[in-house]
Amino acid sequence: MAQPPNLWNTLTDPLIRQNPVTLQILGLCSALAVTTGLATALTMSISLTVVLTLAAGVISLIRRHIPDTIRLILQIVIVASLVIVIDQVLQAYFSEISKALSVYVGLITTNCLVLGRTEAYARHHTPLPAMVDAFGNGLGYSLVLMIVGGLRELFGKGELFGFQVLPLVDQGGWFTPLSLMLLAPSAFFLLGLLVWAVRAVLPEQAEAREHTPPLSTEPAE
Amino acid sequence: MSELWHLFLSAAFVDNMPLTLFLGLCTFLALSRRPEAAIGLGIAMTGVLGVTVPLNYLIYQAFLTPGTWAWAGLPDIDLSYLALIAFIGVIAASVQLLEMLLDRFFPATHAAFGVFLPLLTVQCAILAGSLFMVERSYDFLQSAVFGLGSGVGFAIAVAMLGAIRTRLAYSDLPASLRGLGIAFVLAGLMSLGFAAFSQMAAAQ
Repeated sequence: MAQPPNLWNTLTDPLIRQNPVTLQILGLCSALAVTTGLATALTMSISLTVVLTLAAGVISLIRRHIPDTIRLILQIVIVASLVIVIDQVLQAYFSEISKALSVYVGLITTNCLVLGRTEAYARHHTPLPAMVDAFGNGLGYSLVLMIVGGLRELFGKGELFGFQVLPLVDQGGWFTPLSLMLLAPSAFFLLGLLVWAVRAVLPEQAEAREHTPPLSTEPAE
Repeated sequence: MSELWHLFLSAAFVDNMPLTLFLGLCTFLALSRRPEAAIGLGIAMTGVLGVTVPLNYLIYQAFLTPGTWAWAGLPDIDLSYLALIAFIGVIAASVQLLEMLLDRFFPATHAAFGVFLPLLTVQCAILAGSLFMVERSYDFLQSAVFGLGSGVGFAIAVAMLGAIRTRLAYSDLPASLRGLGIAFVLAGLMSLGFAAFSQMAAAQ
């Protein structure tokens, strides 16, 4: 930390340019599993952002006292404690959504996004930038979740947040729900297309060819 | 016996961890570029899941279910909310142990996938195995079979994706779809195939 990092950039970079899901490949599991509807996606986003921000703050506070050899286990225990708190709160106040999310709330513990950010950033920075970075990453993650969740709910059921937006055929409207949107494969397709779209707009994110066709036969990394 | 076999099959195919339940996707996509790495990961996953799920079952039953502390004069205590911390501790410890054992007795195998082993601690699929075990209240034998089955399912899926992705190195994709983008689409197609298994289960 020679010069103080620019907080605004730390916050906004992970939104699109360094998006945790589409570029860093972090936190995919929950990103796909909970996006059948906007409500669950929103709950998941908020829980993850809260856990991530708090964990980054705590770990950054005690970063000078963590021995390097046991840091992984320490970080996981801190994250797990925070997740238990969130889980209990959800069970107490939003039991419907908590049931819909099933084990995925507990799985925030092993969400690579949380550990990835604490390991890569919070461990080397003071609490304020660490928390700003965590919050930014949480927002970037939420953005992807909301897009995928919104699309799946809109085209799968014709609803947004549980309200009928597109009139269904069997209720006299014109929209035939695509039930494939609610199944697993469409989440993969949507996220793949989203990655494609982001990288088409920001070509510097595209991955290098593994194999260059006619001239060279050396597979380039 | 046939019930256990059924559980094994359903854990491996119908509820396939990465393709149907979206678990362990980070490593699933990150380590499936080369089939060798993918197979190593699959074997490691099977080993760790097969050990940790029954082990966590024992710990959960012995210490965390309501009423287990009755012998100490605390019949009302319910520690089940501590399950998450206990499970993750067990997983981290067994991954460490597995690594040490492999290093001591099978150094070649250890060298082959030494890098992925520590990563398995933060693999969502492994923790999910233990959490599902609690949620669906399996007994000891069932949890062992369930752990093994999920591991095998993961191994099959990741080896298949690895094989397809090596071939894709020679294809001419749009630049922005290369790598992660096409991997998602592939996983989606595979997931579509695995969805057929759930129809099979429904028909039974």
